[in-house]
Amino acid sequence: MLLFVLRRIGVMILTALALTFVVFYLTNLPPNLEKLAKSEASARMTDEQVDSWLASNGFAQPVLTRYAEWLGVLPGWTGTSSDGKPMGRCLNRIPAGETPPAYCGILQGNWGWSTVFKQPVSEVLGRSLGHTGWLMLWVMIVMVPTSLILGVLSGMREGSRTDRVLSTFAIATTATPEYVSGVIFIALFASATAGISPWLAEMGWIEGKTLFQGTATSAMDGLTFWNFGLPVLTIALYGIGYIARMTRASMTEVMTQQYIRTARLKGVSFREVVMKHALRNALIAPFTVIMLQFPWLLNGVVIVETLFNYKGFGWTLVQAAGNNDINMLLACSVVAVFVVLVTQLISDIGYVFLNPRIRLA
Amino acid sequence: MADWDPSKPILEIENLSISFFTRAREIPAVMDFSCSVMPGEAMGLVGESGCGKSTVALAVMRDLGKTGRIVAGSIRFKGRDLTTMTEAELQKIRGSEMAMIYQEPMASLNPAMKIGAQLAEVPVIHEGMSKSDAWALARQIVADVRLPDPDRILNAYPHQLSGGQQQRIVIAMALMSKPALLILDEPTTALDVTVEAGIVDLVKALGEKYGTSMLFISHNLGLVLDVCDRICVMYSGEAVETGNVEQVFTEMRHPYTQALFRSIPLPGADKNARPLISIPGNFPLPHERPPGCNFGPRCDYFQAGRCDAAEIPMFPVPGDRHASRCLRWDEIDWTAPPAKRVAKEKLPVGEVVLKMEDLKKYYSVSTGAFGGGATKVVKANETLSFEAREGETLAIVGESGCGKSTFAKVLMGLETATDGQIMLFDENVQSTPIQKRGADTISQVQMVFQNPFDTLNPSMTVGRQIIRALEIFGVGDSDADRERRMLELLDLVKLPRAFAERMPRQLSGGQKQRVGIARAFAGGAKVVVADEPVSALDVSVQAAVTDLLMDIQRQNRTTLLFISHDLSIVRYLSDRVMVMYLGHVVEMGTTDQVFAPPYHPYTEALLSAVPIADPHVEKKRIVLEGEIPSAVNPPPGCPFQTRCRWKSQVPGNLCEVEVPPVQVLEGGHQIKCHLSAEVLAKMEPVIKIAAE
Ligand SMILES: Nc1ncnc2c1ncn2[C@@H]1O[C@H](COP(=O)(O)OP(=O)(O)OP(=O)(O)O)[C@@H](O)[C@H]1O
Ligand code: SF4
Ligand code: SF4
Ligand SMILES: [Mg+2]
Repeated sequence: MLLFVLRRIGVMILTALALTFVVFYLTNLPPNLEKLAKSEASARMTDEQVDSWLASNGFAQPVLTRYAEWLGVLPGWTGTSSDGKPMGRCLNRIPAGETPPAYCGILQGNWGWSTVFKQPVSEVLGRSLGHTGWLMLWVMIVMVPTSLILGVLSGMREGSRTDRVLSTFAIATTATPEYVSGVIFIALFASATAGISPWLAEMGWIEGKTLFQGTATSAMDGLTFWNFGLPVLTIALYGIGYIARMTRASMTEVMTQQYIRTARLKGVSFREVVMKHALRNALIAPFTVIMLQFPWLLNGVVIVETLFNYKGFGWTLVQAAGNNDINMLLACSVVAVFVVLVTQLISDIGYVFLNPRIRLA
Repeated sequence: MADWDPSKPILEIENLSISFFTRAREIPAVMDFSCSVMPGEAMGLVGESGCGKSTVALAVMRDLGKTGRIVAGSIRFKGRDLTTMTEAELQKIRGSEMAMIYQEPMASLNPAMKIGAQLAEVPVIHEGMSKSDAWALARQIVADVRLPDPDRILNAYPHQLSGGQQQRIVIAMALMSKPALLILDEPTTALDVTVEAGIVDLVKALGEKYGTSMLFISHNLGLVLDVCDRICVMYSGEAVETGNVEQVFTEMRHPYTQALFRSIPLPGADKNARPLISIPGNFPLPHERPPGCNFGPRCDYFQAGRCDAAEIPMFPVPGDRHASRCLRWDEIDWTAPPAKRVAKEKLPVGEVVLKMEDLKKYYSVSTGAFGGGATKVVKANETLSFEAREGETLAIVGESGCGKSTFAKVLMGLETATDGQIMLFDENVQSTPIQKRGADTISQVQMVFQNPFDTLNPSMTVGRQIIRALEIFGVGDSDADRERRMLELLDLVKLPRAFAERMPRQLSGGQKQRVGIARAFAGGAKVVVADEPVSALDVSVQAAVTDLLMDIQRQNRTTLLFISHDLSIVRYLSDRVMVMYLGHVVEMGTTDQVFAPPYHPYTEALLSAVPIADPHVEKKRIVLEGEIPSAVNPPPGCPFQTRCRWKSQVPGNLCEVEVPPVQVLEGGHQIKCHLSAEVLAKMEPVIKIAAE
């Protein structure tokens, strides 16, 4: 078991290294660097000025060296700027008078400086991950029970009317991507001119102009149902359809098993058959799926956070990517790899605990 | 049930008809079926696969699924009609007054629930028992079904038990509420013979102890004779003969019953003097039944104009509630010997074709869910030595996991041996995997597999598949030549030439197995390994396929290695027998030597476990205790020592510390046992045929 976890962590580190190197390489292609120099210093620089700016800011070294510096396995570069001030990777933002450390990569806990947000990456990342964390939490709270209940209800009597209605719903929701459902929701519930809000306002049933708020910006200070409902629903809906269909498939299969017949012929009532005999067996497969949904949720998060202007991880990622914020992008990749592999690990371990047939060595 | 008179039948099925409604058509699975079971009685239901046995059983439990429906007739249980009961009423009866056990024990138990919880559930539901009382009762019943260490078992999950133990648990579960009626649908088909014998003993003892009535479904006539008081023979959805077991077995009054008995090998049957007679033709599908008597097209006594005129009712026959669905039951001379029996000549055996010396095959397996864990060595075959001659049939017998199939794979080159020699016509093929063997060697050693359903390519015509085999073996010079050879092969396996154009799915199991045989003989194989070639087939078809194998062997002077767990068929067709246990050959000799004392203790138990469908046979009952040890962790010393009843006859603890040597008795009969020659000489025969 321990060995297994260790091996998984090893894989995770290797993947993170490979991915960050790719991101590092791509973001450090000459055109990107030129753009960076122009945005950081002055937009009207000549090519020579760009080159000297890049040189004095440490960008002239080989990519591998700088990647190693970012990691913290090589000492940070040092040099002097055009006006004679000492410069260095580790010098930035260090209060005057203190001696800068030799190494300052992520191994030393230094994630670098975000050029877009003008703040240390770790700070921005921490804040945005916090926001996204809340979003994910609520998505899970809504999505998991709903989809499991839907799946079990439709799977327990295959072909019944309940099954057909619920399956249609599930398929419809998975077939609708977030950017479509998000826009529909906004139009329907959060527009002062369209949907049901104008009508509700007219009737005097709601105080503001719209039922739900069309942006989730205010949710960053205080969550309410009205400012957070739509983003959560938008992400959850897609997942609900998917997980519900998985659960249904797994449930229908379990319901045709011999042991379900055994239970029925023992005189167990239908309700009990479902609750005691079918459920646990039927949940083994969806559990894995739910865990594997996490990384995928990141994807929905990007769309929804942008749509609802909610400054979480996805929004930050979009900003960083749009402005070639190298350090920020690298940090985002590390987080993404981490999320993917950790959820996979949990899913594997959880599978073993749910399924008594597989036991730990 | 105050209003039920215990002298009346506990289960009374009258004119029951059941149909399955599929999109294409209505499938009448059971028609006009009647039978009754008295309290304490065991009724056996026998018949070929698909004749509707399980359907009747499920109808009694009222669990036919969404598509099945009872279209006519009644099922009375303790006087109450089950066909009109509501779901709630049924729920009360199921599990408490009647219970059902079916074939696959592993599939019948919930894999994610502890055994104890599954058992305790029954009294909790039906008697409102408290949980702790229910567990206590479960513990007691588990001890009742003779499982060791009940506490450990109650806390185990199903996958932690062996097949035999699981089936005992399923039986225990059925007995938790002491039902009045127990339905057993092929309860031992998935189990080994020695395990089966234990289960059958248990079922009989429990039936007596609790006075439970039983409906025992099986296709094995021997088992039914063992367990039941009465029998009902089914054919194509109908009951064709019912009566007292012994009477039906000795004085059958229906041609189908007679044909069934003639197609199974009984002790005394001999492949040359008294070959088996298979039932010609095929079983009619439910929607293709002939007019009049369903058995008509296959019946030797068929009379046009009478038998196919109208539906045939059940006729009472003198005797103990004996009845037959045959118009001519009192016209037929039931004692006349069968006409078609042709005695064949015994074949002399030739040169040594195949020789194995000290063959060993070890597997290393790793345990553990996450790929870690220790590697263990499984000794699938331990120092096997034997030789097989041209035209000889050598049977290899043993229970599951004894290494029979591993041996076949090594011989075929699908696995390479760990050590030892395999000589084929003096050519060493031991460590040559199949990819490296020449087409010559490959075509000389061929295999017929157990399951005819998996080995044919479903999307290629039968003719094409045989031609493919011919191409691989390099037989024939042109396509026309191969085509001709293919048709000859179809003749050889007695399939109509028109079958060349058919797809495998259009064939019955027996026909598919014939195609498999045709393919195996395509390259003129000299050695054919038949791995349980008939165990997946119905009895009536089994006879035809074994006969076919014998005939081809006679023609081609093939050496046949016949792997089987069915001792009746082995005794019937083989010249020599090799008995395996846990990878060891424990006994080897001619068929007469192996089937007569002195036996190896394991062979003795194996012989006694085989159910025999002949009331004249007296058998000594030896039920093996315990389970077959795992090959990963075999016992030290003699592999059989954990279950041997002769162990005390060996001085000291020799059996536990030392692997016994092979003793060669007279006539080259080999026994791997420490027992002294005197003790072996004193052994008594297991099977005695009483004087008629
Ligand atoms: N759910 C179903 N839908 C359609 N046809 C069915 C269904 N179940 C059984 N049948 C048909 O009913 C007939 C009787 O089947 P049944 O399972 O009772 O046979 P059986 O005697 O138990 O055979 P076996 O020895 O193989 O168990 C067969 O022709 C089968 O194809
Ligand atoms: S009724 Fe005729 S065809 Fe049917 S079993 Fe009797 S003799 Fe044979
Ligand atoms: S060696 Fe001993 S334990 Fe093994 S079969 Fe012979 S008597 Fe039994
Ligand atoms: Mg059946």
